[in-house]
Amino acid sequence: MALDWKHYDSGALFDELISSPGNARAPARRLVAYLASLNDAEIESRRRMAEATIRQMGVTFTVYSEEGNIDRAWPFDIIPRTIAARQWREVEAGLKQRLRALNRFIDDIYHDQRIIADGVFPAEVLAQSKNFRPECVGASPPFGVWAHICGTDLVRDERGRFFVLEDNLRVPSGVAYMLENRAITKRVLPELFESDAILPVSDYPARLFDMLAALSPRKLSNPGIVVLTPGIYNSAYFEHAYLAQQMGVELVEGRDLVVGDDDCVYMRTIAGRERVDVIYRRIDDLFLDPEVFNPESTLGVPGLMRAWRAGQVALANAPGAGVADDKVVYAYVPQMIEYYLGEKPLLANVETFLCADPAQRAYVLDHLDELVVKPANESGGYGMLVGPHATRKERAEFARRIQADPRNYIAQPTLKLSVAPTLVDGGRLEPRHLDLRPFVLQAEDMYVTTGGLTRVALRKGSLVVNSSQGGGSKDTWIVDTDAK
Amino acid sequence: MLSSVAERIYWAARYLERAENTARLVSVYDSLLLDLPRGIDISWYNLVELNSATEAFAEHYRVRDERNVVKFLLADADHAGALVNSLRMVRENLRTTRDVFAPEVWEFVNDLFYFATDNVAQGTGRKLRHQFTGGIIRGCEQVNGQIAATTSRDAPWQFIQLGRHLERADMTTRILDAGAVALLQSAERAQVNLGQIVWGHVLRSLSAELAYRRAVRVRVAGPEVANFLLNDPYFPRTIRFCREQVASAIRLLPGSESMLGALEEVAAVYYPIASIEDLGQAFRDYLNEIQIRIGTMHERIRDAWFAQR
Repeated sequence: MALDWKHYDSGALFDELISSPGNARAPARRLVAYLASLNDAEIESRRRMAEATIRQMGVTFTVYSEEGNIDRAWPFDIIPRTIAARQWREVEAGLKQRLRALNRFIDDIYHDQRIIADGVFPAEVLAQSKNFRPECVGASPPFGVWAHICGTDLVRDERGRFFVLEDNLRVPSGVAYMLENRAITKRVLPELFESDAILPVSDYPARLFDMLAALSPRKLSNPGIVVLTPGIYNSAYFEHAYLAQQMGVELVEGRDLVVGDDDCVYMRTIAGRERVDVIYRRIDDLFLDPEVFNPESTLGVPGLMRAWRAGQVALANAPGAGVADDKVVYAYVPQMIEYYLGEKPLLANVETFLCADPAQRAYVLDHLDELVVKPANESGGYGMLVGPHATRKERAEFARRIQADPRNYIAQPTLKLSVAPTLVDGGRLEPRHLDLRPFVLQAEDMYVTTGGLTRVALRKGSLVVNSSQGGGSKDTWIVDTDAK
Repeated sequence: MLSSVAERIYWAARYLERAENTARLVSVYDSLLLDLPRGIDISWYNLVELNSATEAFAEHYRVRDERNVVKFLLADADHAGALVNSLRMVRENLRTTRDVFAPEVWEFVNDLFYFATDNVAQGTGRKLRHQFTGGIIRGCEQVNGQIAATTSRDAPWQFIQLGRHLERADMTTRILDAGAVALLQSAERAQVNLGQIVWGHVLRSLSAELAYRRAVRVRVAGPEVANFLLNDPYFPRTIRFCREQVASAIRLLPGSESMLGALEEVAAVYYPIASIEDLGQAFRDYLNEIQIRIGTMHERIRDAWFAQR
């Protein structure tokens, strides 16, 4: 027996690999044919090989629970998701456009606020933003760029069109899993890498390094770059360590750093203090510097904001960049693109209702059973209401919350997210919903990952792809179907 | 390099060495007890004593038998010094210093950790114990080999050397002590060849039998074995060899001037052993003195390179 592609059916949903039962899309053709040539035992042995590889590589994520933090093996589906290179280039252009506009917006907000003066962006939205940092007003990071690393969540609708679901501009994670997924897949399905034109993803760490080096206040051939992690108990610690290792830079915690009287940042080494020029920080704004933000924070470095404002150290992402990472601000990104760049958006937003607006709020409250309601500033899929799947009681509770704090909520139609065939118990194929998080780097130049991290909701029918809530992932192949 | 990274590397090396030594110790004791003549009673509990773990043992166990001692040394999740916990600490310290080592090192450590946790029941039972301890020793050597083959000989390497050789010297003193105790315990009923059996196992537990024969060229006897394991300059598990490795690692690190005095202090303790009478309580006191100086050396290293400045 082999995988049954004839009877694998994703109905009216857009399937990433097939156009109709038994018919693979062009970039997936070799993949599907190859998988169909394997019998059940071979598929099972590939699946086990992936599992063993994940264990051996120590690819884990941390789950927080009452019993303490547990490292779980990364849930991974061996069947990759494919996208044609030609189509990807369009998405890439849209992402670059979006990030250029977002960075112009952040820089504007911390300087003249022209976009508000010109009536394109409402002052009330900014006034109620939880991620606006008054401490950052007037600061001028290099190249006017604040969000150097962005993880943008993309989804596809039932026609296969890409939409932006959210922009993660604070400390987006997942890129290490994108790289590890490819490493695993190369071991599990090596035959396909010989014959298929699958574009590589491996240059991300080098690109990240170059981007960070470009931010250095001292023009050195080898500036001091570090990755600042909150430590081993952070759910993304694996990634922090992975990226530091891949870039060949130090992985530091707050206590490894000190700000001198000269406003320069130093790390404590076995030979004394050593100057640090660029910090890729994976700590939230409010924990960065106890002198300025949360005084209780032991994760940060006292004086770090002083050093940053003095231009003696670069922080990526810049503090305050999160002002544009807010689901209400998100709704204005298409206007920002037109306002700052004079261009039409290449990538569409998902239709978004702002609960702060009385008319839109009334619509949301009337249609809670059709909508997904999200708090403006949560991540990880927490605090959400998926209307069609919620109970009457849960909907009533959300209606109450929306009325109490309308600015904090947005609503979007429940999307018919695209699916891809996923191996389920018993070695069968079933469609599972997925999204895609590409990563965009920006300093002087811009770079978009080739594909990104595909997250898949492993539970049947579920739309929640977060690894903390039953999500898994797949390798993402950008396939050059024009290649000879 | 970062002080905090130096410290973790040092501890990773110490714990790796400790895990391997624990496996060696259990394995050798296992075969020693099989070789002993009838009526000679050497207790498994000696292993708890020589690891300075009597209090920790008493917290969880009443009966000092083989089953409890082996479980305590290999598998007991509540005992910080248990083999599985040493490997867990290797993994945790390496997880936080992955930017220093080749990825294969991390993969081998994961393999070893899972081998240990998946199979530790074999180690606590008697039948497959040898396979288990052998697997652990092989796994540790594999990690060491991978580190040796892929790590630049700059500062991180020196901290590996420090951790490994301090831990190793410490274990060599403990294994010598185990030999001395075994013979003292059975002094009244001593038989002619008991010394040979015990010291032979002391050598074997350090994989030192061949090296001893080549270097000493006499049959196995207490004073010769003790002198060899203390003073031989070439075999990599003797006190002298470890001390010299520590000294050369220290000299290659920044700001080592302040450490040179401490090094001389360690070298200054010398205990001459001429006959079997010299292996009594005075010998044990001497071994204890070496252990104290190893502890002092650790504190000096910590102050010089790990303390936050």
